[in-house]
Amino acid sequence: MNPITPIINGMKITLKHMFMKPVTLQYPTERPKVAKRFRGLHALNVSHDKAKCVACYLCPTVCPAKCITVEAAEDANHDKYASVYEIDMLRCIFCGYCVEACPVDAVKMTEEFELANYNRTDFIYSKERLLVKK
Amino acid sequence: MGIEILGLPLMYYIAMVAKVLVAFVFVLLTVAYATYAERKIIGHMQVRLGPMRTGWHGLLQPIADGVKLFFKEEIIPSQASTFAFLVAPLIALIPAFITFAVIPFGGIIEIAGYKIPLQIAAYYDTTAGQVFDVNVGVLYILAMSSLGVYGIVLAGWASNSKYSLMGGLRASAQMISYELAAGLSIISVFMLSGTLSLSRIVELQSGFGGFEWYLFKQPLAAFMFFICSLAEINRTPFDLPEAETELVSGFCTEYSSMKYAMFFMAEYANMVTVCALTVTLFLGGWNGPLTGAIPLLGPVYFIAKVYFLMFVCMWIRATLPRYRYDQLMHLGWKVFIPVALVNIIVTGIIGYFL
Repeated sequence: MNPITPIINGMKITLKHMFMKPVTLQYPTERPKVAKRFRGLHALNVSHDKAKCVACYLCPTVCPAKCITVEAAEDANHDKYASVYEIDMLRCIFCGYCVEACPVDAVKMTEEFELANYNRTDFIYSKERLLVKK
Repeated sequence: MGIEILGLPLMYYIAMVAKVLVAFVFVLLTVAYATYAERKIIGHMQVRLGPMRTGWHGLLQPIADGVKLFFKEEIIPSQASTFAFLVAPLIALIPAFITFAVIPFGGIIEIAGYKIPLQIAAYYDTTAGQVFDVNVGVLYILAMSSLGVYGIVLAGWASNSKYSLMGGLRASAQMISYELAAGLSIISVFMLSGTLSLSRIVELQSGFGGFEWYLFKQPLAAFMFFICSLAEINRTPFDLPEAETELVSGFCTEYSSMKYAMFFMAEYANMVTVCALTVTLFLGGWNGPLTGAIPLLGPVYFIAKVYFLMFVCMWIRATLPRYRYDQLMHLGWKVFIPVALVNIIVTGIIGYFL
């Protein structure tokens, strides 16, 4: 096989690509459009100004990374609720099993993916930080 | 004509200094922005954007790179041969720039009644009424371009590191192999032109409205000369002396700061020089339509042709992977040298019978 045609073909390809639209995303100024069912930061759904969570312990049970801490308590109406609901984002693998397991649709995953922080304690998201923002 | 110094009018000296300054600054700027152009072009060829952050579309990137390299810490390895280590970047850089002295980048322009040929090492003799330039210009260029490799070999040896030494050795072997083929392919041009003066060679290509290029008479020689030049200046696909993947960074592994920048400047300056030389020898130099009527079009055509060839260099870099060492030697010794010799013989036979 003659060695020149492959070189010419290659040169044609590179020239053709030069006029294509670049795929680069200029990240901090341009944002990626994440998919509808993207599994990002968790959020606790709210109903009647209270978290829907009934502290049934299904999510910490199913969690493969063991990153969810729940403590149950009783409120004024003798209803069970989660007095502590913490997710350690350093351990979370964003598998979404907690959302699947939840019987009352109390936990969901948002499109938020920028989870960087300056110290390790900031990665443990407390219940207040997880509640859906109004 | 007023004041004379050493038998030459003052204007001669002013024109000379002006030409040197303009050409040098222009080459330096071209070198700086060649790095930007390369990153941009290769970026787009890989469907990326290339530098975008520094200035509008990254236009200040070369300046930022320069400032960064300038303020970096200068490291000299404790086991290095200090003097050779310090002098090597200069030996690589200077021949790359001084080659430009003999390349004609335009015709004769007239300023204040004084005719100035646009070539640094040339002047217009009013009594003889013609341009004098270095009459062995091509030999000068061949000499200077082979000097550049001393810088690389010295850098490789002085660093006292095995990778650097390997890079230096490869550079010298490659240079020797391809210098021969490049020289032989230029010989067929001399056989047509009958002169070694670069301004004469450009003049001889001015027919057909500036399109009587040696490229059309000697396509094989032009092609081979360009490829061999790429190999001589260590551009991809012949960048074996640098070869990041196997030799870390080759001869400049141990270099840092401004000395490293000097090697890079030398590489890009060499690219500019080689493209300018190819333009001069094969693409009609500064010739083009209407250069007779408007002399300032000469440099414009010249720059356009040089930039086009530099684009081709970058295009090749974006396309081809590095050759293996044995392939490189095979191509140099077993393909280019015999073909160049046959080309000379054929040119000689045709020249004899025509």
